[in-house]
Amino acid sequence: MIAPILATAASEFRIALRNRWVAIATLLMLLFSLVLAAAGAAPTGDIGADRLSVTAASLTSLAVYLVPLLALLMSFDAIAGEAERGTLPLLLTYPVSRLQILLGKLLAHLAVLTLAVALGYGAAALAALLVDPDAAAGLPALWRLVWSSALLGATFLGAGYALSSLSRRPSGAAGLAIGLWLGLVVLYDLGLLALIVSDGGGGFTTEVLPIALLANPADAFRLFNLAAAEATAAAGGIGGAAGSVPLWQSAASLLLWPVAALALAWAAFRKVTP
Amino acid sequence: MTSTLKISHLTKRFQAVEALTGVSLAVEPGMRVALLGHNGAGKSTLMKIVLGLIPFDGGTVEVCGAAPGSPRARAQVAYLPENAAFHPALTGEEQIRQYLSLRGENPRQAMDLLARVGLADAARRRIGTYSKGMRQRVGLAQTLIGRPKLLVLDEPTSGLDPVSRRDFYALLDGLAAEGAAILLSSHVLTEVEARTDRILILSRGRLVAEGTLADLRHRAALPVALHVTPANGYAADLAAVLPGARPGAGGQLHLDCPQSEKLALLARIAGQGARVADLDLVPPSLEDIYSHFSRRDGQ
Repeated sequence: MIAPILATAASEFRIALRNRWVAIATLLMLLFSLVLAAAGAAPTGDIGADRLSVTAASLTSLAVYLVPLLALLMSFDAIAGEAERGTLPLLLTYPVSRLQILLGKLLAHLAVLTLAVALGYGAAALAALLVDPDAAAGLPALWRLVWSSALLGATFLGAGYALSSLSRRPSGAAGLAIGLWLGLVVLYDLGLLALIVSDGGGGFTTEVLPIALLANPADAFRLFNLAAAEATAAAGGIGGAAGSVPLWQSAASLLLWPVAALALAWAAFRKVTP
Repeated sequence: MTSTLKISHLTKRFQAVEALTGVSLAVEPGMRVALLGHNGAGKSTLMKIVLGLIPFDGGTVEVCGAAPGSPRARAQVAYLPENAAFHPALTGEEQIRQYLSLRGENPRQAMDLLARVGLADAARRRIGTYSKGMRQRVGLAQTLIGRPKLLVLDEPTSGLDPVSRRDFYALLDGLAAEGAAILLSSHVLTEVEARTDRILILSRGRLVAEGTLADLRHRAALPVALHVTPANGYAADLAAVLPGARPGAGGQLHLDCPQSEKLALLARIAGQGARVADLDLVPPSLEDIYSHFSRRDGQ
C-alpha cells in the first residue's frame, strides 16, 4: 500500500527538482519573506510585540496569497499533463489505485512546498532574531505558521488535482486554477468586505461572516494564525474578525479542508477515462 | 488448459458508433496472437477494454480469471501503448525503477531490463533526448517486469528499425516459451507472419477472420499468378495453348488460376518443354489475403 505511493512520490519529486519547481518555489518564498522582514524592521515597540511575532503576522498575509498560488501552479498539470503526454493510460494499467497515485503526487508536491515555506520563513525569522534578542518569543507563532501553511498548501494541491482531472487539458486546468485562486483568495474577501460595509454591523456581520470565513480555507488559515498569535492588532482588514471566531473552529477548518480537497480530487480522478 | 484471455460477444459503442460488435476470442498461455485491422477497425478499443481502461457495453471479458482492470488482473497484465510516452525529465533508468516499484519488484533490476532491450548505454540519459525507437524500447522494457501472464502490445514495432524488430520478436518468443500469452496489434501482416501462432482480423469492429496464416491463405482461396516467359519465337504457340493468358512486357504471358487448378496448369506448361524459357509462380501475398478479409465486410 505504501510502496507505490513512495515510488510515485520519489519520481514526482525528481521531476519537480528537474523542472526547477523546487528552485522557483524556494526563491519566491525567500524573496518575499526577506522583503517582508525588511519592511517589518520599522519601529514596532508601540504594539508591545517582539519582532518575530510581527514578522509572523506579516508572513501570514503573504502566505495567504503565495502558498495557494504555488500549490495550484504545481498541481494543475498533475493529471491533465499525464493525459496529454500519453503517460496516463500506461500508469493506470499498473496494479496501483488512483488514490495511491494522487497520494504519491501530493506527498512530493507537499514536500516541495513545505521546503520552500520553511526556508522562506526561516530566513525571515533569522533576520528578526538578528536584530531583536526578544524575538525568540515569536518562535511558536512561526512554527504554527509553517505547519498551517503546509495544510493550506495541501488543500490547494488537492483542489489543483481535482481541476486537473476535470479539465483533462493542461491549458484548461491552468485557467481553472487561476480562476480558483482569484475567486478564493482575492474576490471572496472583497465580496465579504463589500457585504460588511453594506450591512453596517447587522446580522450578516455577526452571524454569517464567521461561517463564510471558515468555509474558505484561505480565510480559515488567516484567522487561525492571527487569532493564535494574538497579534491581531498588527494586521488589519479581515484579521479584525479573528477575535469573533474560536480558535478550535479555524483549526478544524484548516485540518478538514485538505481531506475534503483530496476527496474531491479522488472523485474527479476516478471519472477520468484515458 | 484455461485461457489467459477470454472474450465472448463483446460489444462496445461510442455514442451511435459501434466500435466492436460481437467479438469473441480466446488466448491461451504461450500463444502469440496478432490482431490486424485498419486504423479505426477497433484494435486499440479492444485492447483498452482488456486492460480495463474503458468500460464495455455487452458480452463478457475475463483476464487471467478476473475482471479486466481489477487489481488481480492488473497485477498479471503488461501493456505497451501505441507510441509509448514517458516523462521527458526522467532518465530511462529512473522511469523503469519507478515501474518496478509500482509492481512491487526490486528497482535494481532496471539496468538488466534496459540491457535486455539494448538501452544500457542510454539508461542514464533523460527520456526527453531519446528517439521514438528508444522510447518504444523503454516501453518494451517495462512490459518485461515481473513475468506477466498476458502482454498486450499495441503496434509494438512501429518506430523500430528492421534489426530491432527482429530482436523484439526474439524477446517475444522467449516470453511465449515461458508461458506468457501475447496479444499484439499491427496493420502490417508481413511483419507478424512468421512470429505469431494465430491471426485475427478486425474490420469495422467485427472479427472477420481467425486462424493460422495457412488457414487464412486456404480460406481466402485467392488465385495464384503465373508468369510464363516463352522461348524465342514460341510466344504465339504458347498463347494458343494457354487460353486466358494476357501478354505482358518482354513477351511474358500472365495467368491467374485458382489454387485447385494450379497443379494441372503447371503440368500443362511443363508439357510445352523447350518452348518455355522460364516460369514464375507468385502465391497471393500476405497483403492480398489481408485485404481480402478486411474488405469483404461491406467495403
